[in-house]
Amino acid sequence: MQVHSARGNVFNATLMHGALLLYTLIALFPVFVILINSFKTRKAIFREPLQLPNAESFSLIGYETVLKQGDFLQYFQNSMIVTVASLSFILLFGAMAAFALSEYRFPGNKWMGLYLALGIMIPIRIGTVAILEMMVATGLVNTLWALILVYVAQGLPLAVFILSEFMHQVSDELKNAARVDGLSEYQIFFKIVMPLVRPALATVAVFNMIPIWNDLWFPLILAPAEETKTLTLGSQVFIGQYVTNWNAVLAALSMAILPVLVLYVIFSRQLIRGLTSGAVK
Amino acid sequence: MKALSLKAVNKHFGPVQVLNDINIEADEGEFVVFVGPSGCGKSTLLRIIAGLEDVSSGEVFINEQAVNQVPPSKRGIAMVFQSYALYPHLNVAKNMSLALKQEGLAKAVIEERIQNASRMLNLTDYLKRYPSELSGGQRQRVAIGRAIVRQPKLFLFDEPLSNLDAALRVNTRLEIANLHKQLSTTMVYVTHDQTEAMTLADKIVVLKDGRVEQAGSPMELYNNPANRFVAGFLGSPSMNFLPGDLLGLNGDTVIGVRPEHIAINENSAMSATVLHVEQLGGDTNVVASVSDNPVTVRLFGQHAINEGQQINLQLDKQNLYLFDPQGIRLDETSVRH
Ligand SMILES: Nc1ncnc2c1ncn2[C@@H]1O[C@H](COP(=O)(O)OP(=O)(O)OP(=O)(O)O)[C@@H](O)[C@H]1O
Ligand SMILES: [Mg+2]
Repeated sequence: MQVHSARGNVFNATLMHGALLLYTLIALFPVFVILINSFKTRKAIFREPLQLPNAESFSLIGYETVLKQGDFLQYFQNSMIVTVASLSFILLFGAMAAFALSEYRFPGNKWMGLYLALGIMIPIRIGTVAILEMMVATGLVNTLWALILVYVAQGLPLAVFILSEFMHQVSDELKNAARVDGLSEYQIFFKIVMPLVRPALATVAVFNMIPIWNDLWFPLILAPAEETKTLTLGSQVFIGQYVTNWNAVLAALSMAILPVLVLYVIFSRQLIRGLTSGAVK
Repeated sequence: MKALSLKAVNKHFGPVQVLNDINIEADEGEFVVFVGPSGCGKSTLLRIIAGLEDVSSGEVFINEQAVNQVPPSKRGIAMVFQSYALYPHLNVAKNMSLALKQEGLAKAVIEERIQNASRMLNLTDYLKRYPSELSGGQRQRVAIGRAIVRQPKLFLFDEPLSNLDAALRVNTRLEIANLHKQLSTTMVYVTHDQTEAMTLADKIVVLKDGRVEQAGSPMELYNNPANRFVAGFLGSPSMNFLPGDLLGLNGDTVIGVRPEHIAINENSAMSATVLHVEQLGGDTNVVASVSDNPVTVRLFGQHAINEGQQINLQLDKQNLYLFDPQGIRLDETSVRH
């Protein structure tokens, strides 16, 4: 039996994969429970929460309720718009600020970087009252813009911090080569630097996506109107103080997982491709 | 017409003076090599010519046009970087075509130039590959190809061979020499390797601490160095420096003599102890000590000499150089009789 190969031994590899598999199972278990129970009758959910739906317990009542109640598609669309728009702006402006900080030497560069990174340590919710007042003053309450602006502000500090670290690593000679080749500073940013920090962009996107998608706080305060409700806020109607419609809640949750899952798969593809393409510095 | 001239160029980074009153000219088609020890400002000078760095004072002319205010891409130059600086996310063909697309050339023209360059550099089979899928030598050729396709008036090379192994370095050196013959474009080449400088250059510019020590053809500099630094920098093994009193001169005077201008002669009065022998097959280098001064002697062919042996050395009087204590060259007629 050959235990040692050139790249490590089989025993270690098995152990490592075992641990990873176990972790995957633990992480996926709640999702799995939500999914199976969303297809069961209310009674079956409480009696046998871990059983797969069978002919007797199978029911689509949860999904029916969700689709009938309120404008679920509208909520869905709102969540999607807010998340995608916020992520795009975070990545675009975060990368631009990071590029300026890492590429150009100007007075106060260090302080500017510190100032931008400071936001990582200060929870944006502390400023909720002030934000609400500002939104009222600008007439943005009950618009999706209110949410997008807040999420962009919330996501930028970490984005600038992570991206400027990565951009420091893009070699000066590469940027100089691009300058000799006639690229403008904007083209260097979009055509050279952005593709090279793609793994970092994907990381930032993943980090920001889930809190935005799941957020209840700001939608509740800044955009509670029917036409601007997000999915998370919309699902709250099924959770009452005394009675909770578990079928509907589970069905809504199951449907809410899907789009994030799709976005996540897209970004993590990028992440892996970025890591394996082997950047030549 | 002068392809390049630098007039009184100074450069400082904050308080640090990096380049000092640099005046250099290059004729059209000339191969100019900047050589000097690490940190002497060679790369900075090249980046100033490329327009990647602004001068602190002075003027740069390319083809007799003042280019101080002209951006790199409009200077008619192409540059090969030390780290190759290939775009990792673009394949070889796209690496080469990026600059041409920026210029807005027609697709057919771009295609033709890439074909020509890749044939010239044996890269035709690799056009679809990414830089990470190439060997060091191939990456180097792509970097050169990217410069060629632009058909520049002036090529700039920043230590293009320093990342290659010894054998490949010799090959690529020959390729660059050939390239210069084929294209007969002016080339400016930076290196800290004196062999590269001697073999490639029409004109060598020796830099030290941001100053031009001497400029001229390789043989001019080799045979007639202006000072001790240039004398010691060019040539391998490098020139020997001995105190003047060995030849009955003023003790402060320094005698310079090249290893090939010392012979072993039993009848000579200068006795030495052999410290070390390097048998190279074609040559034999003998390191000996003359009253505690190490002296390298280069002998042609193979010689049976052992460490610790006593030998007598004779300096070739016709080929002695004298320097004052500051390293400035003195008149040698008194000793060359
Ligand atoms: N951006 C900068 N800021 C401050 N000092 C710099 C900067 N760039 C270069 N220098 C200094 O200028 C001097 C010359 O640097 P340069 O890169 O031109 O050296 P070089 O001759 O190319 O050396 P090498 O052979 O090691 O590449 C060095 O002492 C370096 O520390
Ligand atoms: Mg250098």
